[in-house]
Amino acid sequence: MNEQQQTLWDFMQQQSDKLATQTLQHIGLTFVSLFIAVLIGLPLGILISRRQKLSGPVLGVAGILQTIPSIALLGFMIPVLGIGAKPAIAALLLYALLPIIRNTYTGITGVDAAVKEAAVAMGMSKWQVLFKVELPLAMPVIFAGIRTATVITVGVATLASYIAAGGLGEFIFGGISLNNTNMILAGAIPAALLAILFDFLLSRLQKLNLKKVKTAATAMPFVLILLSSFYLLPSAYGSKLKAGFTPEFMGRQDGNLGLQSKYGLNIRTVVISDAVMYKAAYEKQLDVISGYSTDGRLKAYDLVVLDDDKKIFPPYYAAPIVRENSLKKFALLEKILNLLAEKINDSTMTALNYKTDYLHQSPERVAKDFLVANKLWKPARNGNNGIVRIGSKIFGEQYILASIYSMLIKGYSDYDVVTKTGLGGTKICFDALTNDQIDFYPEYTGTGLLAILQPSPKTIDSLTHSKEATYNYVQKEFEKKYNIKWLKPVGFNNAYALMMRKKQAKDLNIKTISNLKRYLEIK
Amino acid sequence: MIKVEKLSKHFGKIKAVNGISFEVKEHENLILLGTSGCGKTTTLKMINRLIEPSGGDIFIGGKNIFEQQPEVLRRGIGYVLQNNGLFPHYTVAQNIAVVPQLLKWDKKRTEKRVSELLEKLHLSTDYLNAYPNELSGGQQQRIGLARALVADPPVLLMDEPFGALDNVTRSKIHAEFKALDELKRKTIIMVTHDVQEAFELGDRICLMDKGKIVQEGTPTELLFNPENRFVKSFLQEQRLQLEFKTIRMYDIWKWLPTQPPKGGAGLAADTSFWSGLEYFKFEAAETINISHKESHEIRSASFEQLMSAFYQYKKQLAHE
Ligand SMILES: Nc1ncnc2c1ncn2[C@@H]1O[C@H](COP(=O)(O)OP(=O)(O)O)[C@@H](O)[C@H]1O
Ligand SMILES: [Mg+2]
Repeated sequence: MNEQQQTLWDFMQQQSDKLATQTLQHIGLTFVSLFIAVLIGLPLGILISRRQKLSGPVLGVAGILQTIPSIALLGFMIPVLGIGAKPAIAALLLYALLPIIRNTYTGITGVDAAVKEAAVAMGMSKWQVLFKVELPLAMPVIFAGIRTATVITVGVATLASYIAAGGLGEFIFGGISLNNTNMILAGAIPAALLAILFDFLLSRLQKLNLKKVKTAATAMPFVLILLSSFYLLPSAYGSKLKAGFTPEFMGRQDGNLGLQSKYGLNIRTVVISDAVMYKAAYEKQLDVISGYSTDGRLKAYDLVVLDDDKKIFPPYYAAPIVRENSLKKFALLEKILNLLAEKINDSTMTALNYKTDYLHQSPERVAKDFLVANKLWKPARNGNNGIVRIGSKIFGEQYILASIYSMLIKGYSDYDVVTKTGLGGTKICFDALTNDQIDFYPEYTGTGLLAILQPSPKTIDSLTHSKEATYNYVQKEFEKKYNIKWLKPVGFNNAYALMMRKKQAKDLNIKTISNLKRYLEIK
Repeated sequence: MIKVEKLSKHFGKIKAVNGISFEVKEHENLILLGTSGCGKTTTLKMINRLIEPSGGDIFIGGKNIFEQQPEVLRRGIGYVLQNNGLFPHYTVAQNIAVVPQLLKWDKKRTEKRVSELLEKLHLSTDYLNAYPNELSGGQQQRIGLARALVADPPVLLMDEPFGALDNVTRSKIHAEFKALDELKRKTIIMVTHDVQEAFELGDRICLMDKGKIVQEGTPTELLFNPENRFVKSFLQEQRLQLEFKTIRMYDIWKWLPTQPPKGGAGLAADTSFWSGLEYFKFEAAETINISHKESHEIRSASFEQLMSAFYQYKKQLAHE
């Protein structure tokens, strides 16, 4: 434990620059959204306290907005607002609205009717009643709403990193993808501390006496604008093209780090989720993205892979990795899984992915069509000789592979199958495997080497130029360390790749990553 | 000063106030009396436009109130609410200073007026920075009154101002209320369901029932000339006490013995018969001397003689 803390501390010190930027971005993002949410929510709450008929619909809509999963809400924002700060702020403020509107409404309608009547009877105008009586008396309730909204916003703001809006989510999701606990904690702990700190500060603000509240209320907009400016200050360095990389890619030696060290590539970069990256490139919000070479969206969005002429991206050959125990338990399993060996090459995989991602066919249908076309399909035998648990990471290709394996197992044996699809990133999937939650899942040689085994840079350098060397190494080490067996590769290499729009790449005459670098350096 | 004509207020099918008319003269104290739900509060609130009437007219000082801006109208009318309605987030001083603030008085003038009122209402200036919830019910009620009086409005509307108080506090405040010089130059409409209170404080009383005025008159008129059985039965329960309080020594003067006065202190003839009885009770005297201000005559009576005069007065009323 102590060692763990030590290394976390080390990590935070090493990455203190990034940590500071992300924290400031997080604070900025939180407060811009909160500020706008208060600007909208407070008047709206006042309005519906005046026109009770509107209260049902308004609170209803705000309530529904809050039940939309955050990722989905962020997703809805992209077609309208693109990527980056705007959609993130819009989504965050929608989340913050409900508690603010609701508490303003309850606060104001909860003010003693006799007191309100007295105010009118003394000759106050509508606005005077509002500002001198209703708002001050409702203030504790309104404040409670703002506190709730703050805590929600700090939490949801971690997801902003999915759409290139920055914040501590970059560490959290990068850490999950990279199987790096310190990185996760370096994002999660400050985020939690921010939530606690803001809640505490607001509770203090609430306890100040009335006179000080007035000063505080005048100071508030300035503080908010100051805090917001952390975020809104334009980033100082620019380049001709804009890149969007996944959090995972950002932190990897065979990702952005390698691009910088081996190619000397310097490009303005935002962090963005894989889910929206391709589309953002297609819509010209990004010029260069970090993708996977077999991704169906490559075809769908008319993108082209830049040749990795210095070979920094290690081979990522897919193969099922299985618990030794499971291979013993299910004697036929190895043979069945190897039916798929060398059956799917890069272009086949890209085409399969295209069918699910772009044509929106179900992974099951794509799997069946593929098996039928390759004369591998057999109808399910509906046996009940034990249950094989298949895992998959949370992206399309893994769903297809899981479906194919599921059909093969059902067709060629009497085992039943459960698939646990969508197990997040590498870390979650691999932990599920080692903890006996699943029997196998499709993994990539490069991931096994770099994200799971993490050998010394020297070892990595000696291996990654060769497909076979990498495979043999991970096979041996997994066996030794985890009692997990790498079966035969499926055939395709889903390596990291830099991509650009076909047309832009052609116009700028960029074919390789070195070309890209040279283009960026031309003044 | 205040003229109400054919005033009505309907809440859906409920005729809360049903075509009532009355007038209040300057510096008069009119009581709206009646059981709960008879429309007293609704009537009062229409006078400062907290409720807009369904029909009818109201004039204050000859001006139609519906032709004035409601806020301006209200700032010129003191209003004491049924359960005081003080602002919980304001100190006593701020509560009293609400209307001056709206009228943009300067700070000095406001401060002076606030402390003047506190003194008149027998409240210590220690309370100035206290909040309403730190005060007793009686004190809160006085702050409510001070708030209504602060801008010295000519008209004062009071909705059961002493309703929430216990009996001892209430009679104490009644006494203070009658003695308060500020109130002597005001035209007051006060709502109550308490018959004793109405008789004690009112110059005239409107007895209301189901949104209508059943009888309007002085306490004596209501007591001795009830217009119908409703009025009679409304006062029946406390009749004797009301009579004792309503009848003045003047009224029974001619039945008092003309024998020369004996030694000892006396009462003025404009005091109530009730005070005379209390005199016997508290002073343990054989007789009391009663002095007639206009004729400077003094008459003296024993308890029995006093009671006999009372019954003769009542007999005469019955024959009228
Ligand atoms: N806002 C309202 N809506 C509907 N009915 C009302 C409203 N205010 C008063 N009433 C009704 O009008 C009648 C008179 O009420 P009110 O003037 O408050 O009586 P009082 O003050 O004499 O007790 C009652 O029957 C009451 O229920
Ligand atoms: Mg009432």
